[in-house]
Amino acid sequence: MTAVGDVRRRRIDELAAKAGAIPEGDGGLSLTRSAIRRLRRDPVAIIGAVIVVVFLVVAAFAPLLAPKDPVTQYLLSEIRPGLIPGPQEGFPLGVDNLGRDLLSRLIYGSRQSLMIGVVSTVLGLVVGMTLGVLAGAFGGWVDTVVMRFVDIILSIPGLLMAITVSVLLGQNQYSLMIAIAVVQVPVFARLLRGSMLAQRGSDYAVAAQALGVKKGRIVFGHVLPNSLSPVIVQATLSLATAIIEAAALSFLGLGDPDIARPEWGAMLANAQDFLSVRPWLAIWPALCIIVVALGFTLLGERLREALDPKFRR
Amino acid sequence: MLRFIVQRLLQLIPILLGLFVLLFAWLRALPGGPAQAALGERATPEAIAQYNELFGLDEPLYVQYLRFLGRAVTLDFGNSTQYGRPVTEVFLERFPGTIELTLFAMIFAIGVGIPLGYFAARRHGSVFDSASVVGSLLGVAIPVFFLAYLLRLLFAVELGWLPGSGRQDVRIDATRITNFYVLDGLLTREWDAAFDAFLHLILPAIALGTIPLAIIVRITRASVLDVVNEDYVRTANAKGLAMATVRRRHIVRNALLPVSTTIGLQTGLLLSGAVLTETVFAFGGVGLALRDAITYRDFAVLQGFILLLAVVYVLVNLLVDISYGLLDPRVRVR
Repeated sequence: MTAVGDVRRRRIDELAAKAGAIPEGDGGLSLTRSAIRRLRRDPVAIIGAVIVVVFLVVAAFAPLLAPKDPVTQYLLSEIRPGLIPGPQEGFPLGVDNLGRDLLSRLIYGSRQSLMIGVVSTVLGLVVGMTLGVLAGAFGGWVDTVVMRFVDIILSIPGLLMAITVSVLLGQNQYSLMIAIAVVQVPVFARLLRGSMLAQRGSDYAVAAQALGVKKGRIVFGHVLPNSLSPVIVQATLSLATAIIEAAALSFLGLGDPDIARPEWGAMLANAQDFLSVRPWLAIWPALCIIVVALGFTLLGERLREALDPKFRR
Repeated sequence: MLRFIVQRLLQLIPILLGLFVLLFAWLRALPGGPAQAALGERATPEAIAQYNELFGLDEPLYVQYLRFLGRAVTLDFGNSTQYGRPVTEVFLERFPGTIELTLFAMIFAIGVGIPLGYFAARRHGSVFDSASVVGSLLGVAIPVFFLAYLLRLLFAVELGWLPGSGRQDVRIDATRITNFYVLDGLLTREWDAAFDAFLHLILPAIALGTIPLAIIVRITRASVLDVVNEDYVRTANAKGLAMATVRRRHIVRNALLPVSTTIGLQTGLLLSGAVLTETVFAFGGVGLALRDAITYRDFAVLQGFILLLAVVYVLVNLLVDISYGLLDPRVRVR
C-alpha cells in the first residue's frame, strides 16, 4: 500500500501475521499455558528470566543492598588528576571521579535505568496499542489516518526522533521516557493492527459475528486477546532497546540532570572522560546495561519461539 | 516496473508533507517559540516582537507553514547560530563524511556478516555456530558509543595502531573536490591523503558496523537454515547437481533475499548510529554537527538536519523497496 520504509513495515506486519496464524493450544492447554510450559523447559529462556529477576530484585531492594550512600563523596583527598582510587577496604569497586562509591551507584542506578526502560515501554505500548486497536477495529478511514500518522513517525530514524522529542520537552527524566516511548509507538501500533487484521478473518471471529455478537465484544473479547502475543514479545525486546537508547540519549547530553539519581547511561557517559585513568568506571555500568539488555533479549526471543507454532515440538 | 517506481514516488508525497508539518510544529512548540530559541533566554519582549515581525512569525500559522514549506523545498532552513552560515551549506559540507563512514561500516558488516552467518548455518549446532549466535546477541546489546570508546582506547590510545579522531591528519594539506576525503585523494592522486583518510575510517566504521553486523549474521544464518529445508533444494540434490552448484544457485541466492532487506533497513538506521560514533571519534560528519547543535541549542541546524536526514532515510528506504522489487518479482505483482 504505502511506499516509505515499506520493507520495515512489511517485517512488522509479517511478524503480526505469523502470530495471527496460531491455532488453539495443543492438547487442550491454552496458548499461554503451553507457551509457559515450553519456556520453563528452555534453558536459554531461564537464563534470561533469571537475569531479569535478579536485576529487578536489586532495583527493588537497592537501599538495603547498597553498602554506601550513592551521592556522598568519600576519599576526596586521594583523588587527583590522573588518579581515581580503585577497589579497596569498604569500596569493593572503588569510587568514581567525585569520590562516590561505584558499587552503590551501580545498585541505585538499576532503579533508574530499569524504571526508564519499563515506563517508556509501557507508555509506548499503551499509546501504540490504542492506535493499533483503533485502526484494527474500525478499519476504513480511521485506519488510513492512524496508519499514515504512524508511518510519518516511522520515517524518522529512531534516535533522531528521540532527540527531537527530548530537545522539545527539555532535559529531565520524564522527557527522556517520553522520547523513548514515542519511538516505540509506531512499532506497537502496526504490530497490533496487523495481528488484529489477521485475527478478524479467522473462523471464530466470523462465527461470533454470525451468532450476532456485538462488534465491541468481538473486538475486545475475541480478536484483541488473541492478537496480543506478538505485542508482548515486542514489548520484552523493547525493554532492552529502551535501556540502551536511554544510555545513548544520556551520552548526547539529553539525560536526566538530577545528580541525586544515578543512572547507568549517565554514569557511562560521564566515565568516558576518565577512560584512560580508570576504564572500570565505564566498564561496570556498560556491563550492567549489556547484561540486562541481554536478559530481556533472550527472554523475548525465546518467548517469540514459544508462541510461534513453527517452533512447536 | 516503471509504474511500480512512479507509484512509490507518488506515495512519498503525503509522508513528506506530514514530516514537514511535524517539524514545523516542533519549532513552534518549543518553550518561547523560535524567537526565544534564536535569541536566547534573556531576550526582551521587544526583541522577541521585533524578531517575530522580521521573520513573519506574527502572521497566521498556515501562512507561516506555507512559507516554511516553500523554503524547505528550496532547501532553505535559515542560518545556523553556531556557524553563522546557511544550514544546508553546513549539511552538504558534512554529509559526504557521514556517507563515507556509513558506506565503510556497511561494507564491513556485509563483508564479515554474510560469510559468518553462512558458515554458522552450515556448521549448525557446532561451537562456531553457538559462538556466532552469542556474538550476534552481544553485538546488539552493547551501547554503540561504549564500543566506540573501547576501540578508540585500545587501538588508538594504547596501541597507537590507528588514528582515533578526525577524518584526516590535519598536517596533510589535501585538495578538496567532493568532500569525500578518500575519493578526493584518489581523484587528485594524493595517495597518502587517501590512505590517511581511509585509516581514519577504520575504527569508526567498525564501531558503527557492529549492530548491522550482528543482525546480518543472525538473518543470514536463519535464512540459510530455512532455505536448506526447502523442497527445491531437495529436488536439486535429487537430480544430482553438484553440491557446490546447489549451494551457489539455490541456497545462497534464495537465502540472500531477506538479508538484502535487512541490509537496506540497517543502512537507514546507521544514520542514527552515526551521531554517536562520530561524536566519540570527533569525526566531522553530520552526526557530530547534530551533537553540537544539541549542546548549543542550535535549533536551525537541528530542524534542518533532522528533516534532511529523514528525507535521506525515506529515499534510502524507497531504494530498498525498488531493489527488492527487482530481486523478488512477487513484490511487484502485488
